[in-house]
Amino acid sequence: MLTGLLYCSVPVTGMGQQVGAYGVQDTLRSGFSSVKNELLPSHALELSEKNFQLNQDKMNFSNLRNIQGLHAPLKLQMEYRAARQIQRLPFLQSSHLALDTLKGNDESISFEDILNDPSQSEMVGEPHVMMEYKLGLM
Amino acid sequence: MATLSVCQPQLGGFSFENCKRNAVLEAEVTKLGCNVPSARKTGTTICGVVFKDGIVLGADTRATEGMIVADKNCSKIHYISPNIYCCGAGTAADTEMTTQIISSNLELHSLSTSRLPRVATANRMLKQMLFRYQGHIGAALVLGGVDCNGPHLYSIYPHGSTDKLPYVTMGSGSLAAMAVFEDRYKQDMEEEDAKRLVRDAIAAGIFNDLGSGSNIDLCVITKGRVDYLRPHDMANKKGVRSQRLIRPVYAVTGNYKYKQGTTGVLTKSVIKLDLEVVEETVQTMDTS
Repeated sequence: MLTGLLYCSVPVTGMGQQVGAYGVQDTLRSGFSSVKNELLPSHALELSEKNFQLNQDKMNFSNLRNIQGLHAPLKLQMEYRAARQIQRLPFLQSSHLALDTLKGNDESISFEDILNDPSQSEMVGEPHVMMEYKLGLM
Repeated sequence: MATLSVCQPQLGGFSFENCKRNAVLEAEVTKLGCNVPSARKTGTTICGVVFKDGIVLGADTRATEGMIVADKNCSKIHYISPNIYCCGAGTAADTEMTTQIISSNLELHSLSTSRLPRVATANRMLKQMLFRYQGHIGAALVLGGVDCNGPHLYSIYPHGSTDKLPYVTMGSGSLAAMAVFEDRYKQDMEEEDAKRLVRDAIAAGIFNDLGSGSNIDLCVITKGRVDYLRPHDMANKKGVRSQRLIRPVYAVTGNYKYKQGTTGVLTKSVIKLDLEVVEETVQTMDTS
């Protein structure tokens, strides 16, 4: 495991802490901060897993654009944007049925469905905070 | 349920929250001289061979946890689809979960296409998943099956590389098994010859490698028929405790008592203890 820490020693942005009100580290909500914690990923796969879906989509869209022209990814992304809006408020569980069907996730099972299922999470987000964050008021 | 001020909803999948803590713990523990608990591996011999009409897959049945045998009779040949089976070596949990996930995905896929799944599909799904996790999922697999294009055999390594070959071996006993294959493999064997060859290869792995042992499981896949032979051969039988027949009918196992009269009696003295009745009480039972 130590070797795991050693070879992911490329400092990256994006591991940073949540910025609270007034743009300062929010110790109450996200714990103590340390430069090493923010700079280094804790596991070699952490970054690649966080961005996996994004990277897959980027790759697929660029393939589509090269094969079928610009209209194909444009139309698809428009549909994704529309389907993404069909959901409940952020602190409630939404089924994402339309989005899953569009992306093809309704026909596959992966670790996202088995491990850490958000519907079985033991923690509930606080409604006001999550709404404020979503609307950008925080 | 506890309330926590998270700003974004939780995502599913792997969570890396405890990795830093684990790394610190491991450093502390090694400083003190203890060991961290290790994952259960299957330290295995698995192999597969293509014969005239199909595939024969073979595996031993020992699961080890460091230097201890954790499971004397574990099943390493996993079901993927009615015509595809997969042997798994490496970390036991990883092979189980990986094969189950791929089996579910293949089932959904075959329902969506209304066709029997192909071995190449399973192979591609496995290699894409294993590559995504860069070898951290320690699953080395031998995938074999018969589909519309005939019999196919693949070996899949933990980092995601695959080989399509007529005979493959994986696991810690793979070299012993491969030696047997290299000596006796022929193209287009008959089913009995193929079964004997795989059985001998796994036996070579069992007897020459500490990480493999116990019984030999075989799985014969042909077009339209699967024979899951578990166990096909018990290479290491446990000893039977000594038996003693009381009467001609009953056999008592493990009776190590000596017969009456084995030890000669030299003297015998009987001392009578005089006990007198001190008190007599009657306690009624509550029978209502």
